[in-house]
Amino acid sequence: MTSDQRFGLQRHVRLTQPLALDGGAVLPAVEIAYETYGALNADASNAILICHALTMDQHVASKHPITGKPGWWEQMVGSGRPIDTDRYFVICANVLGSCMGSSGPASIDPATGAPYAMAFPVITIRDMVRAQAMLLDHLGIARLMAVVGGSMGGMQALSWPATYPERVASAVVIASTARHSAQNIAFHEVGRQAVMADPNWRGGAYYGHTPPTAGLAVARMAAHITYLSEAGLTEKFGRKLQERDTKTFGFDADFQVESYLRHQGISFTDRFDANAYLYITRAMDYFDLAEEHGGRLADAFKGNATRFCLISFDTDWLYPTAESRSIVHALNAAGAAASFVELKSPFGHDAFLLDVPEMNRVIDGFLRAVETPSPLKGRGL
Amino acid sequence: MTLRPDLAIIAANVATGSRILDVGCGDGALMAALRDERGCDARGLEIDPANVAAAVARGLSVIQGDADTDLADYPDGGFDYAILSQTLQTTMRPDWVLDQLLRIGARAFVSFPNFAHWRVRASLLWGGRMPVTRLLPVAWYATPNIHHVTIDDFRALVAERGLTVEGQWFLAGDKRRSALAANFAAEHAVFLLRK
Repeated sequence: MTSDQRFGLQRHVRLTQPLALDGGAVLPAVEIAYETYGALNADASNAILICHALTMDQHVASKHPITGKPGWWEQMVGSGRPIDTDRYFVICANVLGSCMGSSGPASIDPATGAPYAMAFPVITIRDMVRAQAMLLDHLGIARLMAVVGGSMGGMQALSWPATYPERVASAVVIASTARHSAQNIAFHEVGRQAVMADPNWRGGAYYGHTPPTAGLAVARMAAHITYLSEAGLTEKFGRKLQERDTKTFGFDADFQVESYLRHQGISFTDRFDANAYLYITRAMDYFDLAEEHGGRLADAFKGNATRFCLISFDTDWLYPTAESRSIVHALNAAGAAASFVELKSPFGHDAFLLDVPEMNRVIDGFLRAVETPSPLKGRGL
Repeated sequence: MTLRPDLAIIAANVATGSRILDVGCGDGALMAALRDERGCDARGLEIDPANVAAAVARGLSVIQGDADTDLADYPDGGFDYAILSQTLQTTMRPDWVLDQLLRIGARAFVSFPNFAHWRVRASLLWGGRMPVTRLLPVAWYATPNIHHVTIDDFRALVAERGLTVEGQWFLAGDKRRSALAANFAAEHAVFLLRK
């Protein structure tokens, strides 16, 4: 194993070069919390960047320090897994704007010595990608073998080749979209308004006081519904009552599904900062890859040598298959090398976080093919 | 690698290093051969997710989709060849699919089982039942072949569309045979077309 302090679990770096953001502001320095798994090979050609979803973090395959739960994608990332840490060097960084050690609204503003709160600049998905590219510079990785992500991680995985086409050989985009729809924005706005309606939010300046946990919990409850499917909810809960035989004719959590959602909401507030939730949902709402390229999505990938693999799930109504198909359409129009498959799962959007053998097989095969290109060269693949 | 006989004919007649779209590419056997042996840049369209997964695992670029609708999404002239092997008779509108192939590709390979082969004729004439043969192994109610076509039917469609036949190959018992009385004696035909 390497003794290089840049590599390993629970790493943290302060990158002192300024980061110019899409919104016009400049962050004078960027803190990034990240983890690496496996070993970087001699020519630094086996690096895979994993991009996490809205409320996930850098602990992709290691125990979460607050909840004590296993890494959020351990069935995908690890020894002998499709993203095999015996063969690949895996990096996962907490996104810009988040609250697990990377720069975000809870970080200290050097100008005031106090947390930024709402003084933190609004960021975009592309800003997150730019910060990741700075991290790769720090790690000495010029080019990624692959960038992989689901949901918001998929937005980053899509933004990577559009922003740094020469720095990424392949992109795996799972259960994601090239732009937030009106419905996506609407659900996020419900969540943000729930946070902001909590009197403890105090215009974002709640650090050192009681945080707006009630509002954040409601935001999480609403969002969590969008990660599941009606069939999945029906199968798991139906109309079953929670530890009681009859309805109480009150507003206690009579139904199991109510109890489940309340638990999801409250436990979320133990590990997540309310302002970070506002900033990251905003970044997702602002995401429209076509808009960044003159309104034509295909232009985001023109002349791109990156190989793409897209996966959607048939019961995902948050980022339905039609969104992936429109990306595929654009990739075809751009002449990019693209693969796409819609997989069956009863579990809605969250299927990408579960152990789906077909998904594992597709990703394993795709990455092996990128790792070991076929013998003939100069095919433009 | 041993290819199905009609695919072997296509593989042998594709220009080296060309860009290929294989419509209904299955598990990508032809695409892999074209890539590895002819240096082609091959892309695929396939309806069955298990086949897509198998093809992607071979390092091929394959999109899950339906030829009946998704060919419309491909830009004009993006490929040197569009290939449709043993799929024409399963499409909703074979004439529309043929038009799409020659919009997307400069040339098209089309292969299909010949419904006028003597065994099929005999089966229908003497048996009075829809034929079940080696190349058409599924009963009428379950077959994906919803538009049975003969070599002469196909030639008529090609003529009606004003297309040029650049090559034609005929198979019986998996062996090449002459064009003589092909509509009676060939089990299987492969055509190379251009506008």
